[in-house]
Amino acid sequence: MSKMHLKLKVNNRDVETLTEPRTLLIHVLREQLGLTGPHIGCDTSHCGACTVDMNGRSVKSCTVLAAQADGATLLTIEGMASPDGTLHALQESFRTHHGLQCGFCTPGMITRAYRLLQENPNPTEAEIRFGISGNLCRCTGYQNIVKAIRAAADTLASVKEAAE
Amino acid sequence: MTVDTETAQARTQKLEGLGTKRKRVEDARFTQGKGNYVDDIKLPGMLFGDFVRSPYGHARIKSINKDAALKVPGVKAVLTAADLKPLKLHYMPTLAGDVQAVLADEKVLFQGQEVAFVVAEDRYSAADAVDLVEVEYQELPALVDPTKAMAPGAPELRDDLKGKTSGAHGPRKHHNHIFTWETGDAAATDKALKSAQVVAKEYIVYQRVHPCPLETCGCVASMDKINGHLTVWGTFQAPHAVRTVASLISGIPEHKIRIISPDIGGGFGNKVGVYPGYICSIVASIVTGVPVKWIEDRMENLQATAFARDYHMTGEIAATKDGRITGLRCHVLADHGAFDACADPTKYPAGFFNICTGSYDIPAAHVTVDGVYTNKAPGGVAYRCSFRVTEASYFIERMVDVLARKLNMDPAELRRKNFIRKEQFPYTSALGWEYDSGDYHTALDKALKAVDYPGLRSEQKRNREAFARGETRKLMGIGVSFFTEIVGAGPIKNCDILGLGMFDSCEIRVHPTGSAIARLGTISQGQGHATTFAQILATEIGIPASNITVEEGDTDTAPYGLGTYGSRSTPVAGAATAMAGRKIRAKAQMIAAYLLEVHDDDLEWDIDRFRVKGAPERFKTMAEIAFSAYNKVPPGMEPGLEAVSYYDPPNMTYPFGAYVCVVDVDVDTGITEVRRFYALDDCGTRINPMIIEGQVHGGLTEALAIAMGQEMAYDELGNLKNASLLDFFLPTAVETPAWETDYTTTPSPHHPIGAKGVGESPNVGGVSAFSNAVNDAFAHAGLTHTQMPHDHWRVWKTAERLKLTAAA
Repeated sequence: MSKMHLKLKVNNRDVETLTEPRTLLIHVLREQLGLTGPHIGCDTSHCGACTVDMNGRSVKSCTVLAAQADGATLLTIEGMASPDGTLHALQESFRTHHGLQCGFCTPGMITRAYRLLQENPNPTEAEIRFGISGNLCRCTGYQNIVKAIRAAADTLASVKEAAE
Repeated sequence: MTVDTETAQARTQKLEGLGTKRKRVEDARFTQGKGNYVDDIKLPGMLFGDFVRSPYGHARIKSINKDAALKVPGVKAVLTAADLKPLKLHYMPTLAGDVQAVLADEKVLFQGQEVAFVVAEDRYSAADAVDLVEVEYQELPALVDPTKAMAPGAPELRDDLKGKTSGAHGPRKHHNHIFTWETGDAAATDKALKSAQVVAKEYIVYQRVHPCPLETCGCVASMDKINGHLTVWGTFQAPHAVRTVASLISGIPEHKIRIISPDIGGGFGNKVGVYPGYICSIVASIVTGVPVKWIEDRMENLQATAFARDYHMTGEIAATKDGRITGLRCHVLADHGAFDACADPTKYPAGFFNICTGSYDIPAAHVTVDGVYTNKAPGGVAYRCSFRVTEASYFIERMVDVLARKLNMDPAELRRKNFIRKEQFPYTSALGWEYDSGDYHTALDKALKAVDYPGLRSEQKRNREAFARGETRKLMGIGVSFFTEIVGAGPIKNCDILGLGMFDSCEIRVHPTGSAIARLGTISQGQGHATTFAQILATEIGIPASNITVEEGDTDTAPYGLGTYGSRSTPVAGAATAMAGRKIRAKAQMIAAYLLEVHDDDLEWDIDRFRVKGAPERFKTMAEIAFSAYNKVPPGMEPGLEAVSYYDPPNMTYPFGAYVCVVDVDVDTGITEVRRFYALDDCGTRINPMIIEGQVHGGLTEALAIAMGQEMAYDELGNLKNASLLDFFLPTAVETPAWETDYTTTPSPHHPIGAKGVGESPNVGGVSAFSNAVNDAFAHAGLTHTQMPHDHWRVWKTAERLKLTAAA
C-alpha cells in the first residue's frame, strides 16, 4: 500500500514520517516515533489507555487515523514534564496519592486529566469522575485517581496564584 | 534517655520498613510513560503473529486454504495444525492435566479458538492475511449449558478423548464429563440434613466472568539459532513455571530457555495460563529465525484466554430453629469450557472450593463438584481470588442469608451466632482445612458499629413503610458479608502445579556499601512488590528500603518460584524474603561480634545495628558490617553477605473481613445505586497501609463489576455476545462509589512476619456483599435469592416478578 507523508508536532517537536494512510495514530506514535507511553487496551475507544492530546482535545488515538492527524499538534505522556525534567503536578500527585497500580492506564489517565484541568481548573469530585469516565482503570477503583487529580488542581491553582 | 528514644525513632523512620505508607518506587517510570510492557518491546527484524480464529462454537474443519494469505506482501508463514503435528505441538498440556489444541485439529470447540497462525512483517499485513485464510467449516450443534452437556444424548465434544473413561482426576461418567471431586462426610451431612429442624435449599449460579486486565496477553519469542537459546518476554504471572513447561513441550533444555516477565498491565488470574499464542510465537521464531511478537486484541482476550467462575451450585443448609447451623451440602456443576485448563493445584481440581463452610463452625459438610466440557473458552482461573474461593465465599454467604430469611432472623445475628470463636483457632473445618487464626466477632462488631447497623435497619423499616404508602419508588437494601479467604498456596505436601511444589523464594545480596538487591520468584502486576518487599527486608536487616532494589520476573537471574496469583506473594515469597533476611542478619551478627570482640550472644539487634547488651554505645551498623563482610570476617568464615531462602509454608493463611453494603434500588428502572460500602479487612500484619487500601479499592471495584453487571453471555450457537468493552461491563469512575476501608489485625501465627495477603479479599467478600444487598432490598416482598449479575434489566425483572413495578 502506498505511503503518505505525515507531519506532526509531537511534544513540542516537529516530526515527519511516512505511513500507510490506514495506520492508526496510536501505531504511528508507538511504533514509528517510539512513544510507547500511550497504550492499547481495547481497540474500540472504550478504555482510554491510548488517550493523547490532539489540537487541545483529548482523543483516543486507537480510533484516529494517522491521516486525520496530519498537521496536528500532539501531547503525550512523554511531553508532560517540563523541558528541565520537572514533573507535572499530575505526575507528582498520582504518585503521592497512590493513583496507580499496574501503570497501564496511567499515561492515558494523566493525559486526560491534564485536558480536564485545562477545561475546568477547579472541578468537583463528581466533575472529575465524569471527566475521566472515558478512561478505564482495573486496579485502583478510581478513588485515589480522583484524589490525585483534585490535589493536582490545588497545586496548579497555588502555582498560578503565586505567579500572579 | 529521651534522646536515645528519638534517635531510635529517627532510625526506624529512615528504614521505611514494615507498617509505613512508603510511596511506590514503581511510579516514577509509570507516570512518565516509561514502563516497559511486552508490546513496547521492539527487536531488530521482529515479525508479528496473528490468529485466524473460529467463528463457530462447534464445527468440523473441512479444509484450510492458505494460498491467498501467503500472497499478501509481508507475509512470511501461515501455520496450521498440520504444520505442528510433525513436531507433536498441535496439542499442549494444560495446567489441569488435560490437553488443549494449540491450533484446531479437525474440529473447533469454541468461538475464537485458534485455527491458524499468520506471521508477517507487521500487524497490518498479518491482519490482512488473517482475513484471506479460507477455512471451510461444517457447523455442529453447540453446547453452552453444562446441564445439557451432561444429558445422555448430548453431542460428544472431545473427539480426542473418545472412549476414555478416566481422566487426570479420576473416572469420567459421561463423554462430556471431566471429573468428580468429592470431599467431606456424606453420611454425617445427610444425617444432619434429615434430622434438622430447618433446611434451606437454593440454586446459586456464579456466572462466567473474565478477569479482563487492561493489558491483554502477549509475548515476544526470540530463538537464537546460533547458541540455541530461546528468550520469551511475555505477560506471565508465573515465569519460572512457564520456563519448565516450555522446556517440557519444546524439548529445548531448560537452561537454554529464558523467560522474562516485563511490566505487566494487570493480571487478575488471566495471565497464569499457557496459551496457544505463546507456543505459536515460539514455533514461528524457530521456523523464521527472527523474533516473533504476538499480542491479543481485546476481543481475542475476552473470547479465548482464561475466563473465571461458571459454577452452578446447589446448596442445602441445615439449622436448629434458633439458628445454629448443623450441616451444609453443596453440589457444583462446573463449566470448564472446551479444554480443562483450570489453574489449580494438582490435588484440587475444584481449587479450594471446600473452604465453603466459610467463617462458621459447621459440624458436618459434604461437597461434590462435577467438571464438564462445553463449547466455551477454556480457563477457570482464580480471578482476583485464591483458587475457587470467590465461588465458595459467594455460595456460603448467600446460603446464610437464605437461611436467615427462612428463620426470620437478622443475617448479621445469624452470622455472629455461628462464627468460629476466637478461642477455637487453630480450627479444623468439617471439610479439612486448618484455619490458622481469626477473631471474627470483633471484626463484625466493629463493622456493624461503624455503619450503625441498627440505625440502618430502622431506616430500612421506615423506607419500606413509605414504599407501601406510595411515597417512594426506591427500596433500600443492606448487604452484610463475612468472608474467610484461604491464600498463600501452599505447603508442598499438598500443593503443586504440574508436579512443581508451590514454595517461593528470595535471594539477597548485600553490597559492600550497605545497599542490597533482592530477587524473588514472584512477579508484580501492579501490586507494588518492589516497594513492599523492600519494606519487609528493611525491617529485617536494617538497611533503608530506598537502598534495596527488588527484582523479579527474569528466570535467568531470579530464584525459582511459582509466581504471583492466589494472594500468594506476601504469604509465601514475603515469608521467603523475611527468612533470607534473617540468614543475612545471623551472619551479620557473627561479623559484628568479631569486630566488637565479644561473643555472638552478647549482641542484640537494634533497628539497623547490633549492639553490645548493656553497652549500647558499642555497636556496628548494618552498613559497617556489610563493608566488613567483604574484607574482614571471622577466621574460617566465607566473605560476602548473601542469602537465599526457598520457603515452603507450613500452612495457608486465612485473611478475613466484614463488609457492609447499602443500596437503593429504583423498582421502575432497576437502577441500583450503591449508597455506602464499608470494608473491614484483617490481613494480619500490615506491610504498607497505603498499598493495602489501594488493593482493597481495586478489589471492591472488580466485585462491583461482577455482582452488578459482568457476565460472559453466550447464545445457543456458542456466540459470545459481549466480547468487547462496549458490552462487557467494566465500571467507570462514575459507576464506582467511594469506598470506606477499615481493619483489624490478627497476625498469622505461622508466617515469619504475621502477614496474610490482601489483594483478593475485597473481591471475595465484595461480591456477596453487593448481592446480599440487592436480595435484601426485596426480602420483605418474599424474595430469597435472585441470580447475578444484578444489572438494571435483571433487577427490574425481579421487581416486576414481585409485582413491585409501576406496570405491575
